[in-house]
Amino acid sequence: MNWFFHIGRYYIMMSRVFSKPEKWSIYRKQFIKEIDNLGLGSLGIVVIISIFMGAVITIQSAFGFESPWIPLYAVGVASRDSIVLEFSPTIVSLILAGKVGSNIASEIGTMRVTEQIDALEIMGINSKSYLILPKIVAAVFINPFLIVISMFLALLGGLIAGQMTGAVTHYEFIYGIQYDFRPFNVTYALIKTLFFAFIITSVSAYHGYYTQGGALEVGKSSTNAVVYSSIVILLFNFILTQLLLS
Amino acid sequence: MIEVKNIYKSFNGKAVLKDINIVFERGKTNLIIGESGSGKTVLMKTMVGLFNADSGEINYEGKNFIAMDFDHRKEIRKEIGMLFQGGALFDSLTVEENVMFPLGMFTNMSVAEQRERADFCLNRVNLKTAHKLYPAEISGGMKKRVAIARAISMKPKYLFCDEPNSGLDPKTSILIDNLIYELTSELNITTIVITHDMNSVMEIGDNISFLYNGEINWKGHRNDVMYASSPELNNFVYASEFMKKLKSTMGNKSH
Repeated sequence: MNWFFHIGRYYIMMSRVFSKPEKWSIYRKQFIKEIDNLGLGSLGIVVIISIFMGAVITIQSAFGFESPWIPLYAVGVASRDSIVLEFSPTIVSLILAGKVGSNIASEIGTMRVTEQIDALEIMGINSKSYLILPKIVAAVFINPFLIVISMFLALLGGLIAGQMTGAVTHYEFIYGIQYDFRPFNVTYALIKTLFFAFIITSVSAYHGYYTQGGALEVGKSSTNAVVYSSIVILLFNFILTQLLLS
Repeated sequence: MIEVKNIYKSFNGKAVLKDINIVFERGKTNLIIGESGSGKTVLMKTMVGLFNADSGEINYEGKNFIAMDFDHRKEIRKEIGMLFQGGALFDSLTVEENVMFPLGMFTNMSVAEQRERADFCLNRVNLKTAHKLYPAEISGGMKKRVAIARAISMKPKYLFCDEPNSGLDPKTSILIDNLIYELTSELNITTIVITHDMNSVMEIGDNISFLYNGEINWKGHRNDVMYASSPELNNFVYASEFMKKLKSTMGNKSH
């Protein structure tokens, strides 16, 4: 019953979010601000995590393929597929759900408990659209770039780690990355990223927007935003994988 | 003029407002007073549409706000200025940007014109040096004045003030009260102030409505409030020992 209530209220909220903005120029400014906040602000963590995770994936693949029957370039193939299909689009999105999702929920939640959202409504502004739409559009726009950067850096991390540990040579790894490459895998990853960006921003904004109470409730909303957006991402990851790859 | 007719509002089956009928006159400072929890803020939030009434009418110049859809309400809301208890200033904007915000959203004024209007409004509330500061960098009294400046920036017809002097020292409270009173007559607007501060009541209360347990218990002018026959109002007005002594002094003098 509670689930139905939240799903219904989420859809009602989204119908207001996608209504005509009061003034496009103001929304454009908000959109640019959100790209900086949600996208560029997340670049650092994406860079660090991607390099190290790429390195670990490569070392683990090399460890699993210690057999004379498996060619060494298979480490590159396995690392590439792991990174492109799952690590960059899904794991990085889950990490962004933690960083960006909690940021959105606490920002909007604080605005709610300090009556700033009421102030917007009294002015005649559609607060749902003004606060949430630029965040959704910015994340859907910028997250694919973050994920492509993540893919590149993770593969670079794998290359460096393979070389440094002696697990795989530079040549074998690059050959493996190129071997039987399917461009659709990148398309699949980017489609997933678009869905995940929408989920992170809208689910987190929902939790922030309907915060009631004070500082404690803002903290709870922030936690719920991360938990529920992560669950929905995992659910959609399963559905999209089934739809796109089967 | 705003007319509240037969308003009922409840939360989870508990009646908070019961058959409220009040007329708020233009050019007057209309006060809603009452104890904490008597339903003052709920009444104000219902009047501006932040809460939906269970039944009744709220007429802005004869137009029923409750029956309007979002777009029509939006038109009325553009004529409303509201001062929230905590100020409700936007944290990420400077004082000047806060005042410019509704102008940027709803007018075709250039940035220079918006700045000029913001400057005028901030000067009107005696804030001449805080333009570039953020809300976190100014005092509570200054926040209230910025909120008033923002509320009047769009030249509203209606000004709602939710406990404008809560958390302020008596001197600053009087400054804020006087400012609200002056602006009401200067701009000829309908002002509604929620308060439980007796200083405010005696300073600026043109029309006073006393709310008790969600019902209108008494209505009148500030000159009558001290002599009202309502025991509930007397309990509210003469709550402190000082006021009780004052009452007995007044009683002795009248005899």
